[in-house]
Amino acid sequence: MKFNDTLSGLALLALSLLILLTVRTYPDIPGQNIGPGAFPGLLAWLLALCSVLLILKGLKTKKHEEWVIIGGWMKSWFHLRNFLITVGCLSFYIFASDYLGFLICGVLVLSVMFAALEVRAKWILPIAIIVTFVVHTIFYKGLRVPLPWGLLMPIQW
Amino acid sequence: MTTAVLLQAFWLVFDPYVLLVILCSAMFGLFVGCIPGLSATMATALLVPITFFMPPVPAIAAIVTATAMAIFSGDIPGALLRIPGTPASAAYTDEAYQMTLKGQAEIALGAGLVFSAIGGLFGTIVMVLFSPGLAEIALKFSSFEYFWLVVLGLAGAVFIGNTSVLKACISLLLGLLIACIGLENPAGMLRFTFGMKELMSGVELIPMMVGMFAVSELLRYITNLDPPPMIATEKIGNIFAGMWGLLKKYPWALFRGSVLGTIIGIQPGSGADMASWLSYAMSKKFSKEPEKFGTGHVEGIVESGAANNSSLAGAWIPAIVFGIPGDSITAIAIGVLYLKNMNPGPMIFINNPENIYAIFLVFILANIIMVPLGWLTVKIATKILRVQRNILMPIILLFCIVGSFSINNSVWGVFLILFFGVVSFIFEENGFPVAPAILGVVLGTMMEENFVTSMIKSDGDPLVFFTRPIAMWLAISTIIILLWPVGTWAYDRIKNGPAPEPSQ
Repeated sequence: MKFNDTLSGLALLALSLLILLTVRTYPDIPGQNIGPGAFPGLLAWLLALCSVLLILKGLKTKKHEEWVIIGGWMKSWFHLRNFLITVGCLSFYIFASDYLGFLICGVLVLSVMFAALEVRAKWILPIAIIVTFVVHTIFYKGLRVPLPWGLLMPIQW
Repeated sequence: MTTAVLLQAFWLVFDPYVLLVILCSAMFGLFVGCIPGLSATMATALLVPITFFMPPVPAIAAIVTATAMAIFSGDIPGALLRIPGTPASAAYTDEAYQMTLKGQAEIALGAGLVFSAIGGLFGTIVMVLFSPGLAEIALKFSSFEYFWLVVLGLAGAVFIGNTSVLKACISLLLGLLIACIGLENPAGMLRFTFGMKELMSGVELIPMMVGMFAVSELLRYITNLDPPPMIATEKIGNIFAGMWGLLKKYPWALFRGSVLGTIIGIQPGSGADMASWLSYAMSKKFSKEPEKFGTGHVEGIVESGAANNSSLAGAWIPAIVFGIPGDSITAIAIGVLYLKNMNPGPMIFINNPENIYAIFLVFILANIIMVPLGWLTVKIATKILRVQRNILMPIILLFCIVGSFSINNSVWGVFLILFFGVVSFIFEENGFPVAPAILGVVLGTMMEENFVTSMIKSDGDPLVFFTRPIAMWLAISTIIILLWPVGTWAYDRIKNGPAPEPSQ
């Protein structure tokens, strides 16, 4: 998805103004001429300047360009769906891994991704399970990362 | 004293554990580089969570080895499929593919391998010879010089080799602003944390890099509409045949490529990609038979194959001497050095010289074992290229999840890879380069510290930034880089009349 530079510029300009407003509330340090707000403030000013230039540049190209160009992959349902599934899998892991545990989440995420990318059906579950167990062994046993057990807590090893 | 240090470094490197790490990361790098869509930077980003658990020397050894291997092995799919495995091979992919079509795949790959190794060794020698001396000069630097060095590095990242300087600038500023998040600033004040305790110590570098360089590349693979092409050849013969002849025929091309690559590597902000493009162009210019370029002629591969590997070592010179990365790979490596309490900078040559010599040794070792391992990879390349990418990609995703979780043992890391993965995917779709942002994040704290210290020292008078002799020279070079694009634009304008309307 490609936004016209004017839109990106406006968003960035808003961001830099927000930063400038935030740094204004930062206190000065007594006896020093430069406080914690100085450096981010300077950066925000530069960002605002760049945003304005970007807006101007965007307005120039606007003549031959839509505001938002939907890229080829977003028009293809297969690719758009897979994009959403990937983002969904990561979000699912963030919210569910504590409760379900790594092993269950890992197998689920891999299976869904394999299915989305059209791996042959009979291979999906076996590969998902083997890979999850291998990764678990490397990180949990080998590197001592406390991956959550979740629901499988009673049978942990 | 030096021999004692060398001996110590020798023991550090020739330890069975370190050697095993080097071997494994070499195979990992060769594999990742060989698969189109997985770059050397991604190899580094995927390795970093694992190096998190290692002592400093094997951690750095893993990164150095994996990247050197990945840059060579990017040549393999270039020659066989006409898609570069890593961007650094893109300059001569067409040439190598043409050679394969002519039945000369062996020569293309052999030249890529042998001259990559020689270029890498050349860059390493330059690094060994020059960095201790540079470190001695760097010891005299104060906050003013360091401020300018950082600005010089960042200016290089923005103004060299980006199609849109403005967008690179924005990307850099966003990176610098991300570095402002948290407590880590001269005033020790909480900034931009939005009340989240996870943000108090700033945004963790490793999950951010995994998101920017691994998750976003996964998303790009998943949304890629082009089906993978067919392999051009099945048989690959002896890749070392005829290499001695090439060495005798093109010694100058090899030397030019290595020198140019090393220099481009040292220049902060430009790395292997640019080294190979520029030296390919230079090779054509100086060649006795430029008309053969593009039709399957090996000369350009000799020169730019050497250049992209020598630039890797070159990029480490500013990284270890000043703590200023030369490209996104060394930016990641510097992040690792900081995590290991091995802060780069001139003091490291005094406090831990054995670690520095160990890094030198690893470079030499990596470039030597590249030859047999690379040969092996080429042998099995047609099989590696058939690895089902729809199985590989989800597995990489799972590695990203676990790797980012393991940094703090919390899903906050997973959230960060999701956030930075999606953001950099959208950024790249809109033509904003990501590399300047990561340099900004890595250098932001250092830049602010030196800026604030200098301002306090000078009582708020910015002119002091120009009065010390070295600072003045650094300032002048920075300003030249800053004005360079304006100058070339004006020159074009005068020479060719007004610029045509942009046609995008």
